Amino acid sequence: MSKKQKKLLYRIIISLILFAGIIISEKIFAPQGYNLSVLYLVPYFVAGYDVLLGCFRNIKNGKFFDEEFLMTVATVGALIIGEYPESVFVMVFYQTGELFQNIAVGKSRRSISGLMSLMPDEATVIRNGEEETVFPEEIEKGETVIVRPGEKIPVDGIILEGSSSLDMRALTGESVPFEAEKGNEVKAGSINLTGILKITVIKEYADSTAAKILELVENSTLNKAKTERFLTRFSRYYTPAVVISALLLAVIPSVITGDWKDWVYRALIFLVVSCPCALVISVPLSFFGGIGGASKKGILIKGANFLEALGNARTFVFDKTGTLTTGEFSVIGVYPSKDSSEDELLSLAASSEYYSLHPIGKSIAAAVNNVTVPDSVKEHSGFGVEAQTTHGVILSGNRQFMKNNGIASPDDISGTVVYVALDGVYKGCIRLGDTLKRDVKTALTKLKQEGIRSTVMLTGDNDVAAREAAEKLGISDYKASLLPDGKAEYVKSLTEKKAKNEALVFVGDGINDAPVLALSDVGIAMGGVGSDAAIEAADIVIMDDNIGKCVTAVKIAKKTKRIVRQNVIFALGIKFAVLIFAFFGLTNMWIGVLADVGVAVIAILNAMRTMKIK
Amino acid sequence: MKKTFKIEDLDCPNCAAKLEKAIGSIEGVTRAGVSFIAQKMIIEAEEKDMESIVKQIPAVAKKTIPECRVII
Repeated sequence: MSKKQKKLLYRIIISLILFAGIIISEKIFAPQGYNLSVLYLVPYFVAGYDVLLGCFRNIKNGKFFDEEFLMTVATVGALIIGEYPESVFVMVFYQTGELFQNIAVGKSRRSISGLMSLMPDEATVIRNGEEETVFPEEIEKGETVIVRPGEKIPVDGIILEGSSSLDMRALTGESVPFEAEKGNEVKAGSINLTGILKITVIKEYADSTAAKILELVENSTLNKAKTERFLTRFSRYYTPAVVISALLLAVIPSVITGDWKDWVYRALIFLVVSCPCALVISVPLSFFGGIGGASKKGILIKGANFLEALGNARTFVFDKTGTLTTGEFSVIGVYPSKDSSEDELLSLAASSEYYSLHPIGKSIAAAVNNVTVPDSVKEHSGFGVEAQTTHGVILSGNRQFMKNNGIASPDDISGTVVYVALDGVYKGCIRLGDTLKRDVKTALTKLKQEGIRSTVMLTGDNDVAAREAAEKLGISDYKASLLPDGKAEYVKSLTEKKAKNEALVFVGDGINDAPVLALSDVGIAMGGVGSDAAIEAADIVIMDDNIGKCVTAVKIAKKTKRIVRQNVIFALGIKFAVLIFAFFGLTNMWIGVLADVGVAVIAILNAMRTMKIK
Repeated sequence: MKKTFKIEDLDCPNCAAKLEKAIGSIEGVTRAGVSFIAQKMIIEAEEKDMESIVKQIPAVAKKTIPECRVII
């Protein structure tokens, strides 16, 4: 508990003791004709003087209808109509609620910021042969820093001395520690687990990825969720509306029935419940919690609005290369001619591509062990290669290359295909494709379970390759042979078609799809570490290249949305119920104050659950 | 341009919202964000206006939420 909170606690206790004392004294002295009511003012002021002061300050600033004002009017009103004990009780209870709220909120604030505390507050630098403790911002390029086990690495650098396991979870979401040794580059924000490291600084604090991430998270307050904006607007009307109805309730029935005291009392209950604090506090806190929880898992979200939009996602559009696939080719089909075999065909192709630097050639060479080193190789640029080997002359290349050499080859195989011939005889062809990333299929299935209705894959590859990948992954739609601007145009047409309250999410590697990231409702960039461009362009950055994190992000977004909705319904439901009961005179003031602060505390505790979504 | 300040003793999200509104209404501020979680304030404004805005911040903060302190 902070000093301030302790002070408030003491004030509450003292005023409760005084309150009890006065009630007992009244029991004793009232029959003898003494009126002790004025004594109630003492515990009232002990508990609530700051509320009264706050109220005056707000009025001076021209601000009515805030919490302090409402509580002041409600309790002073109760005093005026002679409900002394009630007034004191409401004030004490209100303050107790405030104290609880304060503690709960402070605690959640610390745990959320704990999730986001990537960077150490201080660092140890060697200057003039001596260790010196400085702020990370003051470290300069070329200096040497010492990082002990348990400390965070303050700046990007290269290990000069020592070796250690590094926990890079905060940066990459990768839970297996990275074994770093002399000469390795290390990133700011990693936690040194085992050994003492001396590190030569290669980047200043502000240029490190971790500092950029921190900045991003801090900037997230600028991007408020629609629900937050709506609530701000709502409370602008809700409070005055309740206050005005309270005023009407105090006057009109009183004039008709003549029973002023009863109706004023009912009106005062209205004032007690008219503050929308439970919502104003718990809704932003829910989003903060969700963002904090996500960042712990290596998912950085640039604002509550994006988290909210992701919760409404119905369509996921993926860039193929680099996102769904690794971007490396591999052999996906071998079609030997009648007089050849798979082994022979692969071996011939690999032999001819032995010296190749082309990704296709390299991938064939990587797939085969049985290779004959060619005596000489002649490249026919744009067509293929011609290799002299002990087996004979091997030609491998595209169909045109075969045709040019007068070799007949089948034309019913499409995609990325390499044709192979030995001494002028066609031997078969090999089809190549992008390697799919692991876990993509599982991730896509899970996305569907999370309510993502359509998944679309965009690619610059030809139709056959695209269809094959889409079928393999269970993607509902694909668009092939797209140029980079074609991707942007297609996504634009998709956003125009979708329903207004649904969100379109684009997932790319962030390298050359910045316009598409910007066009979509939520742009997710994968593999954020090291690519500042991606961090800049996207709304959500996934630090590693695990596509499963998209599912995690959607889960967090949906759960956050659910919790926000629970809080809104719960808080407003209770308040309206109390308003109705108060109208019919079925409740009293302290039920009203319980509905106000109790609901706020419960809503805050509920909001905190967003941090712990798996 | 954007500028970030640390805030001390900002107790509740509601106070943060009030402060945000007050700071946002200083002339020249295009966007203001007060993060209760990070205990930080971000201000977006034209570079030429920034100096005079920064000068006004402590007074505005004090008037709105007396117990908090903006570190400039």
